[in-house]
Amino acid sequence: MATAVSILPAQQLAVLEDAYRKAVARKRLRGALATAVFCVVLVVAAFGAEVNLRTLFTYFGNFVSYFDRILTLDSGARVWTDPAEWFWGWHKWLRMLGETILISYVGTLTGAVFAFALNFFAAQNTAPGPWVRFIVRRLLEFARTVPGIVFALIFVIAFGLGPMAGVLAIAIHTTGALGKLFAEIVENADMKPVEGIRSTGASWLSCMRFAILPQVSAGYASYALLRFEINVREASVMGFVGAGGIGQELVVAIRKFYYSDVSAILVTIIVTVFIIDISTGWLRGRLFGKETRR
Amino acid sequence: MSQMPKPDTAELRAKYPGVFERPASARLAMPAMIALALAIFVYGLVDLDFSPSRLIAGIGQLGWITMLMIPPNPGASFPLYMQALGETLSIALLGTTLAALLALPVSLLAARNIIPSNLIRFPVRRFLDSIRGVDTLIWALVWINVVGLGPFAGVLAIMVSDFGAFGKLFSEAIEAADRKQVEGIRASGGNALHEIRFGLLPQVLPVIAGQVLYFIESNTRSATIIGIVGAGGIGLQLAEQIRVLEWQKVSFLILMILIAVAAIDFISSKLRFAIIGQRAVV
Repeated sequence: MATAVSILPAQQLAVLEDAYRKAVARKRLRGALATAVFCVVLVVAAFGAEVNLRTLFTYFGNFVSYFDRILTLDSGARVWTDPAEWFWGWHKWLRMLGETILISYVGTLTGAVFAFALNFFAAQNTAPGPWVRFIVRRLLEFARTVPGIVFALIFVIAFGLGPMAGVLAIAIHTTGALGKLFAEIVENADMKPVEGIRSTGASWLSCMRFAILPQVSAGYASYALLRFEINVREASVMGFVGAGGIGQELVVAIRKFYYSDVSAILVTIIVTVFIIDISTGWLRGRLFGKETRR
Repeated sequence: MSQMPKPDTAELRAKYPGVFERPASARLAMPAMIALALAIFVYGLVDLDFSPSRLIAGIGQLGWITMLMIPPNPGASFPLYMQALGETLSIALLGTTLAALLALPVSLLAARNIIPSNLIRFPVRRFLDSIRGVDTLIWALVWINVVGLGPFAGVLAIMVSDFGAFGKLFSEAIEAADRKQVEGIRASGGNALHEIRFGLLPQVLPVIAGQVLYFIESNTRSATIIGIVGAGGIGLQLAEQIRVLEWQKVSFLILMILIAVAAIDFISSKLRFAIIGQRAVV
């Protein structure tokens, strides 16, 4: 079925087209300007970071050959030809891996509890007062901005070497990160139930418990699970500074050029992260349906 | 309240049995899960050598350290620290930009609505996952082996690890895009490339730009830590000062990082709103 398309008279069309072209040209100009500024900033940054393309091209072969070397056993054979030799330390590595997962689990749970306790004070719509909100926000920001491994470095000195420093570092960092995300969920929550409950004369605490919490708990759990995934990765490097977990083994292997060990440990880490990713993704899907998955 | 007619609960119960009597599995699932989570938590505390005495002693130590940190004082190394901070910002910006440029084409391969075939999508996704599975710090160690100590290794480390993250995020943004525009382009006779350029990219570019800006923010943080293993920037200074227990310098460096991150935060949120309008971006 053909439909007639009405065409405007030429002079009317010319005016419209002219306006359209002008609008597009202005947009393009702005886009080009922004790109130019960005490129200049990039070049400045490249000088600041001592980027040297020649180094990259000269040594890029090393990058490839490094992977070649870590995939070769001492005997010269490829690692996958002799898995028993490749994973000779699997017993120790698995134990360290278990420790890594426990570190991130305990750290995430502790952090999530603290974040939960703090987030209502940080959200715009539920904070009891602007001062409380300001202070809690700055605290969370501090916990979030200082990288976990820096906390770990300091905690190793305060609490001694071992997984405890790693757990506490992860817990603090998680508190900051989750506290912000939780507060954002609360800010997106519908305030009508709160008004309803407040109109019955309920206290601030009951408002949070019965009006906000039912709306946000699924989002909380989803973010906490996501954070657990991230923290497993983070915990895998805590050992670099002596805060427990598999990172200790890895950094020794890298620094001492035990090539096949490097690849074996990396493979175990990657596989573990996969498994955790898939199972938490599955769990989130099961618990909250498709729509809350991010 | 007393004037309200009494509801006939028996009748309601008969009508909607599901509301009144949930099966035991549904009622017990939540408490069981909480109990399990707590049990693992306690096991973890025991296994990881947590003891109240260590905790208290450590907190005491921490208090002492905090006292020593005040007031923050850079000594004579302030210009050095400023330079290191500039290096860190450069690493973050450059690494993120390179990662985004590399990840955009790959993310198209990982998106379900572009490549319907599992045959390509699955390996691409697993490849991206394995890159993400390795922490930035590990990548930094590897790149230090390749290009030597210094900030350039940091740029490359951030680039590689963000490449994995961007590939996933971008492909999710593409999958979430509306099909209708693409169908419109196809209906007017556009080919597959046109569909991507005019149907998809205008939808996903603002989301992607928001994510890239967010990553520049978060990479300012990552860039501070890769210095700890020797990849340049302010982290190198920080790790050194922590090791020699110069707490006043440590606190000054932490303060510098906080201020820098806050400044980047401010700029990028302004930019983000300028790009995407008032719509919030995750």
